Amino acid sequence: MIARDRLQLGLLLGPGLVFLAVFFVVPLGIMIVTSLLAPGLYGGVEWEFYPHSFGRILGFADPAFEEFDPVYLEIFFRSMKIAALTVVATLLVCYPAAFCIATMPPKWKGFCLFLIALPFFTSLIVRLFVWVLILRQAGPINGLLMATGLIDRPLEMIYSEGAIILGMVYIFIPFMFMPVYASVEKLDWTLVRASQDLGAGPVRTFLRVILPLTAPGIIGGSVIVFIPALGNFIVPAILGGAKVMMLGNLIEQQFLSARNWPFGSALAMMVLSIMLVAMMAFVFLSGRRNRAHGPAVAEGGAA
Amino acid sequence: MQETIVELAGAGKTFASPEGGEVRALDNVDLKVRRNEFLTLLGPSGCGKTTLLQSIGGFVSLDRGKILIDGADMTEVPPHRRPVNTVFQNYALFPHMTVAQNVGYALEVRGVSLKERRAKAGEVLAMVGLAGLEERRPHQLSGGQQQRVALARAIVARPKLLLLDEPLSALDRNLRHSMQIELKTLQNELGISFVFVTHDQEEALTMSDRIAVLRHGRIQQIARPRDIYDRPASPFVAGFIGASNLFEGHVENGVMALGGGEVLRVAGEAASFTGKATAIVRPEQFLLGSARDSLPGIEATLDQVIFVGAAFELYMRTAGGRQITVSAPASAREAVAAAEAGRRARLAYDPAEVHLMTGQGADAR
Repeated sequence: MIARDRLQLGLLLGPGLVFLAVFFVVPLGIMIVTSLLAPGLYGGVEWEFYPHSFGRILGFADPAFEEFDPVYLEIFFRSMKIAALTVVATLLVCYPAAFCIATMPPKWKGFCLFLIALPFFTSLIVRLFVWVLILRQAGPINGLLMATGLIDRPLEMIYSEGAIILGMVYIFIPFMFMPVYASVEKLDWTLVRASQDLGAGPVRTFLRVILPLTAPGIIGGSVIVFIPALGNFIVPAILGGAKVMMLGNLIEQQFLSARNWPFGSALAMMVLSIMLVAMMAFVFLSGRRNRAHGPAVAEGGAA
Repeated sequence: MQETIVELAGAGKTFASPEGGEVRALDNVDLKVRRNEFLTLLGPSGCGKTTLLQSIGGFVSLDRGKILIDGADMTEVPPHRRPVNTVFQNYALFPHMTVAQNVGYALEVRGVSLKERRAKAGEVLAMVGLAGLEERRPHQLSGGQQQRVALARAIVARPKLLLLDEPLSALDRNLRHSMQIELKTLQNELGISFVFVTHDQEEALTMSDRIAVLRHGRIQQIARPRDIYDRPASPFVAGFIGASNLFEGHVENGVMALGGGEVLRVAGEAASFTGKATAIVRPEQFLLGSARDSLPGIEATLDQVIFVGAAFELYMRTAGGRQITVSAPASAREAVAAAEAGRRARLAYDPAEVHLMTGQGADAR
């Protein structure tokens, strides 16, 4: 029986495992190896151990080979800052919206969820270029402000960190919304009533009951938004112009323009390690929560 | 002890029904809950009993009327400022808190120190028989234990009134019965008024000081369990509390004509009544056997006998086709056997025990 169960398990998991091995583990191994090799003179790699690509980023580079440049750390921190702000902003948009939609009558609920998913039906690039049209100097916002006389020179809205965050928030809202909505939808409103009944006002009820019970969705949504936002290169490429560079653009540049594969790989490994830390924090946090109050409240049941 | 703790005056609440109409959940309800009283709101689903409870708790705002709690007008006061706590139907324990944190919540909200909270939580947990389970989470408890935690949580802050919304409905039969007795004992010990909602008449009779029977958002009758059982105000109340045999007919000179030549005799006050009325005779008020020859009786044929342990239930039929349910104690075994053998019996009754509902009392408070 056990052998048959194992066979069944193997058949079910097999295709997924093979796919991951070929298209995830192998390329990851190539990246790790490449990041520790020397860059070739005309692209490609020289087969010798060469830790200086990491040194360039972290500051232990031997000047004979590579220059340490703090600009890379700066890009790291800027990317993390933009990703973090994106998380905060999407959360501020999605959390109240989730409550609003979760308390609607069912037919409106379905319609609103459809609206949230609607952007996926059109090309991301097209949608981001629309933001270029909206934000540019000759765009409708500047046009309106000029016409009403509120400003006499067009605002420089595009090609800034603000424009990048706006674009990021725009594309990551559905990613934040879904997990947050799932946990808000599950919220048992009789618990909120119980809290009020026991004398807690709205603020305390929110902090002691609603927030802790919806925390899994908030944590999940934050991780799902933070990780791709950190490595995103399309938004800064389109809305940041050449002015504001993020990690994704830097890595793309190293591979496609500078043709320094080891340095690009080293940067990618750095991003990966940040994400691993974020993921482990997530697993740790949710693991502790689960151990703390179990998967669900047992309903009824005999003594 | 007759002092009033809660008073509802002219309370009204109307909900929109899914069909676009209106449902009167509360229709001009006047109710007084006395201090240290166990009052049960009893009625079928949709009768407004839960709405009434929630309006006292503050979760339903009244369209009309007033609520006074301990003399203070609470009509517009939000739930968290009312001196009232609720035991919810599905317990509503906070899954992310321990038992001690759940129980201490009402005190935490009031700014009581952690040490005092722990002491008081331990105290009430001991009262409900859960000492030592302070660090468990709700999902690690059985249904009965969760029920007790919910109870402990609701009484820890010593509310002036405890509301219980069908709290025993999820428990199995044996546990439910022992909880009924415990609840009653607890209410006596605490000296807090309990308002208990149920659709289970047996539960209501077991625990209550008074029972209010509701129907269509109105209180049909409010009285002590024995009075409501012996002297129901309307056929609805009679049918809802306990099994009963109802007879309709015209009463004159102490005799109710049932039609088809059959009569039912009444005595006492009812004997002086003249006009149309409904009479109620409980199944255990019919007596089998020839020893009751001095009492008036009705001849009936036997359809079926069911043995339920402490009693026999006999389903009988009169010559006029009227169905009568008779409950005979197990000690009347021989009379039952005789009835079974002859497929018929004479059902004797005491005219003084026949309760007459004359229509005027149907809406009595």
